[in-house]
Amino acid sequence: MKQIITDNYQYPRGVKETDDPSFLTVHMDSASCIDDIYVQAKIEDGRVAEVYWHGSGCAISMASVSIMTQIIKGKTVGEAEAIMGEFKKMLDGKPYDPAMLGEAEAFANVNRQPARITCADIGWRGLEKIFRKAAGEGAE
Amino acid sequence: MIDTEQIRKDFPMYGRGGMYGKRPLHYLDNAATTFKPRQVIEESDRYYTEICANTKRGDYALAHDADVAYDESRETVARFINADPEETVFTSGDTMGLNFVAYGLMPRLHKGDEIVLSQEEHASNVLPWFRVARLTGASVRYVPLTEDGRITPENLRETVNENTKVVSLASLGNVLGQPLPVRELAHIAHSVGAVYVDDGAQSVPHSKTDVRETGVDFLCFSGHKMLGPTGIGVMYGKKEMLEELDPLFYGGEMNARFDSSCGMSLSDVPDRFEAGTQNMAGAMGLAEACRYLTSVGFGNIRDHERKLKRAAVDGMLANGNATVYNAGTDTGILTFNVNGVFAQDAATYLGDRGVFVRSGTHCAKILPEFLKTQATVRASMYIYNDEDDVKALVEASGHAEDFLDVFFN
Ligand SMILES: Cc1ncc(COP(=O)(O)O)c(C=O)c1O
Repeated sequence: MKQIITDNYQYPRGVKETDDPSFLTVHMDSASCIDDIYVQAKIEDGRVAEVYWHGSGCAISMASVSIMTQIIKGKTVGEAEAIMGEFKKMLDGKPYDPAMLGEAEAFANVNRQPARITCADIGWRGLEKIFRKAAGEGAE
Repeated sequence: MIDTEQIRKDFPMYGRGGMYGKRPLHYLDNAATTFKPRQVIEESDRYYTEICANTKRGDYALAHDADVAYDESRETVARFINADPEETVFTSGDTMGLNFVAYGLMPRLHKGDEIVLSQEEHASNVLPWFRVARLTGASVRYVPLTEDGRITPENLRETVNENTKVVSLASLGNVLGQPLPVRELAHIAHSVGAVYVDDGAQSVPHSKTDVRETGVDFLCFSGHKMLGPTGIGVMYGKKEMLEELDPLFYGGEMNARFDSSCGMSLSDVPDRFEAGTQNMAGAMGLAEACRYLTSVGFGNIRDHERKLKRAAVDGMLANGNATVYNAGTDTGILTFNVNGVFAQDAATYLGDRGVFVRSGTHCAKILPEFLKTQATVRASMYIYNDEDDVKALVEASGHAEDFLDVFFN
């Protein structure tokens, strides 16, 4: 589990920056945290056709967003939201379905350091914002 | 000399055998806020248990007690920085004071005027000025830092000119902990007719402050960083400066009279800046903190912090796995990174070992451009810290590459 985090921190996956207008972009930064992470996704026919990230942050946030891009790519928005829900349950210390999380289960113990839960889900919160943006645009 | 064992007896935070849960408590985040001695807590409580009347508005004896306690607190705090009571305004803290000064100077600022800051300033000494610059058309300039991160009289002299209206600098930065030659800097500001503002949030708790000696026009600081309560602080202003400063807040107790055609006459200084019911308990607690620090003595405080800082730097260098950004400054702030470990990961690892330090930019968000690192770890010491705290810091930092252990072992 630890190895998964180390690997994804040292060799992050899904790192790419695009200015393709068909991608939605959110910038995740906050006063309480030094992380500075951009998530970009292309939603097509209700499916996450492509998802990238770039930026910098602590090991937990970078490894988590790296793993997230690998899990979410190709899923429908509904499937992605279900995975996100399980991930949140896990971070909150509630029962969850490990089969849905794959490598993301490496963060099961993050809540031993409660102050760091927001690091583990920063990328996921970014994706959630993208989904909300996408839903907003669809409704227009 | 400071006897930390004796000092700790005054601090309820060390009451549980010096433990936090199952671990020894190594609190090294004093630049963020400090623990409070029992004396301060009791004096602040005395307002609630023995007085509890409002100031400046009652005719009965208890209200008079409140006035006396509040006035005496102001006198004590004024004496602590060698100011007159009428130059000493209570605020909610440093941030409020700096906003009072910045907005209060607005009528004097115009397009083309310059406000001089440094890259090391805390957000509270940057953002009010950004805002006021935006509203008035003035611009913000920065004193260049020397290679080792210092602000020098030479550098300030090169930065100011006839357009400079304000110079506002922290006399002790909260990241590198470099003390400024305030008297000289204020003199340079005055030589071009600028107002000199001293952000004393970090300096006042750790060194003797004398506004007559330094000659600053304004000085702001917070009680909570100097053993005092939260929610109380001070804006000192030279009498003639306060007379000229526009109040930011309006309300009860700051006006003498007003009429239906919007006419009003303001109270004298300092009351003019204390609109509404004030933090009486806070003021009494802060006065007690001033008395406490005076009795410990700033010479002792400096020697103590110097000794701990030296030990910490030596330990870090002996570990050989860290970059120390301010080894040369002999104040109690140590700023470093464990090589290859992101600051927040290092701070979590240290915290898991009971060593409580801060990571990040420490609200000085422009400084990373200078340090060329996104974030740092900061350990900051005070009178109750001892060699064991430093040892724990050094020991834990030596192994901080194992930072993921906190989630797995
Ligand atoms: C240099 C400096 N200025 C201003 C502040 C702001 O103080 P406060 O939050 O008490 O208003 C701080 C506190 O972190 C500081 O270190």
